[in-house]
Parts: sequence; C-alpha cells; structure tokens
Amino acid sequence: MGKLRQFEKPTGFRDFPPPTAAKKRLLERRVQTCFQQWGYREVLTPTLEYFDTVGAASAIPEYKMFKLIDREGKTLVLRPDLTAPIARMVSSVMKDEPLPLRLFYHASVFRAQDDSARTVEFFQSGVELVGDPSPEADAEVIALAAEALSACEISSFQLAVGHVELLDALLQEQVEDPGQVERLKERLGARDVVGYKEQVAQLDVSPEGRNLLLRLPHLSGGKDRLEFLRPQMRSRRVENAVRHLREMWEALEDFGASRHVVLDLSLVGSLHYYTGVYFEGYALPSSFPLVSGGRYDRLLERFGRPAPATGFALKTDRLMEASPAADREMERVALFYPRSARREAIRRAQELRREGKAVILHVADDKDPKTEIDADRVVRWEEGEDGR
Amino acid sequence: MAGDTLTIAMPKGRILREALELFEAAGYPVEEGAFESRKLTVTLPEAGLSFFLSKPGDVPTYVEYGVADLGVVGKDVLMEEGRDVYELLDLGISRCRIAVAALPDWRPSLHPRVATKYPRIAGRYFLEQGEQVEIIRLNGSVELAPLIGLADRIVDIVSTGRTLRENGLVELETVSVVTSRLIANRASFRLKSGAVDRLCSRLAAVTKEGVRT
Repeated sequence: MGKLRQFEKPTGFRDFPPPTAAKKRLLERRVQTCFQQWGYREVLTPTLEYFDTVGAASAIPEYKMFKLIDREGKTLVLRPDLTAPIARMVSSVMKDEPLPLRLFYHASVFRAQDDSARTVEFFQSGVELVGDPSPEADAEVIALAAEALSACEISSFQLAVGHVELLDALLQEQVEDPGQVERLKERLGARDVVGYKEQVAQLDVSPEGRNLLLRLPHLSGGKDRLEFLRPQMRSRRVENAVRHLREMWEALEDFGASRHVVLDLSLVGSLHYYTGVYFEGYALPSSFPLVSGGRYDRLLERFGRPAPATGFALKTDRLMEASPAADREMERVALFYPRSARREAIRRAQELRREGKAVILHVADDKDPKTEIDADRVVRWEEGEDGR
Repeated sequence: MAGDTLTIAMPKGRILREALELFEAAGYPVEEGAFESRKLTVTLPEAGLSFFLSKPGDVPTYVEYGVADLGVVGKDVLMEEGRDVYELLDLGISRCRIAVAALPDWRPSLHPRVATKYPRIAGRYFLEQGEQVEIIRLNGSVELAPLIGLADRIVDIVSTGRTLRENGLVELETVSVVTSRLIANRASFRLKSGAVDRLCSRLAAVTKEGVRT
C-alpha cells in the first residue's frame, strides 16, 4: 500500500465522463417515463441507514455491506438496496398513505466484493408495489420490467420466473427434514445443479418423489409446466402457489408480456427474503442479469406496517452496456464573439437555445486564436455582423 | 434457438484429454492435437461448438463473464474461485481428492502452518475443524513445503498418491472428492437453453460417474 496518488479514488468506485453519464441519464429517462405512465411516483432515501434496521432487513448479506460508525457509536451502512429503505419509508413518513402504493427510484447501491477490483457502487432504477397480494400485481411488475427493457431497446430478452414458496412447498412435500429442504434450496440458490442432484440421490424418498425432484431444475417453459405439477399437488400450499402462478401467467398474457417469460421452478432469489414470485431478466450479449425482483411479503412487518409487496430493480450499469439506445443529441454551437458585441452575442445565443440548440459562448481572443471547443458547428461573430 | 453456437472454455493440462474423450464419445470429435501449434480456438461448425484452451483456474472467470458459454473445470477450482456460474453436470472424469498431507512423523507445532494452492478451501476446512492454522499460499511444488520446513502440513490435490509417496508424505484426511464439472454462464444457460440442454444430455449419457438427468 504505497502513497496515494492524487487522482486515485476508492477501489471499486467509478467516475462517469460525459458520454457514460449521458447514456445513464438517457436510460433513466426512458424507464422513468414507463414507471410514471404506470402510476409510479419517485422517492428518494438516504445514502446511509442504520445497520440494525435497514441493514438487517436487507436481502443483501451482511458481509457485502459497507459499515461506518456514527458519533454515538451506532453502526451505519451505505444502503445495500432500495427495497428495505422504501419499506422503512412506507411504514414511517408515509404510514398514513393508503395502500397500494406505487413507488420508483433511481439510486446507487453499495455492495462490497471479495474481489477488491470489482465494482462496488451500482446504479439501479426500480419500482416497489406495496400492498397488493394479487397475481395481477406480480404480473404488473413483470410486465413493467419488460416494458422498461423494451424502452431501453433491449431486443429478445427473457424473464425467468420462479416461485420461492412453490419450490419450498414442493420440497417439503417430499422431504421431511427441514434441514435437508434448506440445503436443497441453498444448492439451487447457488446454481449448483450437481450438488442438488447428489443430495436428492441420497434422500430417503419415493421413486416418484425422487423423479420429480430430479426433474425440477429442468422444468422450465410456459404455462404447461404448471400442468405437469398437477398430479403432484398434495398440499394446499402447492395448490395455492400453482394457482397463483397460473393466474399471474394469464394476466401476463393479457399484458402482452408472456412471450418474454419462461417459468423456471428451480429459480430462487435471496433465501429468507423473497416469499413468492421471483424473477431475473437476461438478454445477449450481456452475461449478467439486467433486472431482478420479486415478491417480499414479510419485509414490511419488520418496520411495523405488515403488507404484501413486490418490485424489481433494473441493473443500470449492465443495461448501459447492453442497450444500443442513443439519443439524438442537441446540436452544439460554439459562438465566438468580440467583447464589443457581447450583449448582442448573448441575445443571439438565447435565441438559438430557444430553438433547441446547445450554445457555448466564447470570447474571441486574438492572442489565442486556436481555442478548441467541443462543438458541431463554430460561428465566429465578425464585427458588425449578427451571427446568423 | 437451435442455431446457437456455444463457446466452451477447456482447461489446459491434466483434464483436457479425458474431457475431449468424453466429448468424442458424446459425438463431438475434437483431436487433442488440434489445440497444438498454438491454435487458440477449435470449432465444430456442424455441431455449433467452439472450444478454446485456458488455464484451469481461469475457466470459471471466462464463464462468469460470458466470453465462454460453458466450461469444463475441476470442482477444486470451482470451490476455490467461488464464481457465480451454473454447475450443470458432473462429468465424472479426472477423479481425485483434495487432501491434507504431512511427513509421517509430523507433530502439531506451536503455530501450525499449512501450505497450499487452495487457500480458500484450506482456510474453510480448518475453520470447520476448529483448528487455527496459518495458511501459506503457494503456486506450485506444494509437496516440498514440509520437506524444507516451510509448513508442517499441506492441502493439495491427490489422484494416485504417487507424488506424495515420492516425497515421503502421508495422506492424513480427505477434504473433498473432486471430479470435473460442466459449468454454464447464467445468461447462456437461459438464452441458449436449447443448445445447452442438448449438449448436456448427450454428455450425461456418456458420463460414467455423473448424476444422470
């Protein structure tokens, strides 16, 4: 660890020069238009939160949080996600606002990485729909995620949808030991299909049960996948979850979004956090998810206002790489004027700006005739001219 | 998406030949010699497959970042690297184990030291055993460490045990059994699922020890 050089910044944080910042802003504007058209309203939450409240309620594991100590010795975290802060907000400053609430945000989240060179500050734009347990609410956020990806000109994306409660209930129908169920879910959560199957092979279950469990990681497809489960439905929990998914699927058909959706019953998000539908969105050439979200019906009660809720976060940094979207930029005009014509030049600049151009004013200085300005067009104001 | 081409990262060295035999048995014939003469990639256009060679430890990285859709890699590397990839199939090849070894007359020292190429795996293992050890990371010739007095024990990969025997070391405990795995990028697993499933089931059909699907 040598002496810091003056230009350094903390590892994992990044600067965004104008083209990068412009791309980020462009995508944020586009998805914001979608969010607002669906009735979502913007909220802002603090960068710092208490670890014991928001930190502990977050889906992000503790070892990924940046912690600080405040003057009273309380542990603070740089917000690891927006869902927990918004749950806190809905339960406090917005506690008198009737549910359902539709909220959105653009914000950065902070997640420490094992690999120190990796990015730790991520930009997200997301929505939370609080207070609606219906399959239509799940369908709404999935359809809105699809619309937001389309607004970013992402073509042929796929949203993989799982159901945490259904998976849990299916496993519990076959496997009695809760510890085993937990380990099976952990394996699936870690995308370790080999480890999952090894464990299934060792379970003391019926041949049909084993068969079903072994097929789970390969059960992805459309609504017909739910029909496959019909003969397996032994418990009310499985039945309810299957009905919820079927109704959600039918709503997605009405939203016109089902063509983007693939059901994957082995897909799980952060365990102990999501309680129902969970989804992730992918599009080539990006190798990382562009969006993830789902239903978290147990979070709000931690803040004293029990309510079902669902939502998603778009991974803005990944979207910026994947999206071909480009804005038709304002024409940039550099207007060079002699001091003697400053008042007229400024008036002319204002006219051009009202016409929708970006105008950069610059004093034409004979001593430095080579001044370069980043502009599409250069206008030099000659003495006695009007700059047209 | 039947026309998708899959790019597969293959590990140089020990595993490569057995992996290629398995691919050949599954109907994807690639000559090991094709990778010689510094050729970087080998393609099977009819099968829609493209292979490239990399250091074994880098295979999970290539797959996580999606420059390879799939990869073949030892479970030891997966455990050590902890990358976010799908582990799809136990290929059952290059079976070996990660083991703790030492000189036959070793005694726990005051400040036990363990030399290894696998600091994460070794660290986790001794943590689970409730043992406090200092892990020393080496890049090779780990079996020398007890002989020259660098460490009292080592954690290393053992297949036949010959290297250990030649250096007068004995195997004390098995940390984990290791075979090679087929891994997939998260996005490729979904967006090229047709091609991935096809390859996966053909490989599973010829896998000796793997869990069948």
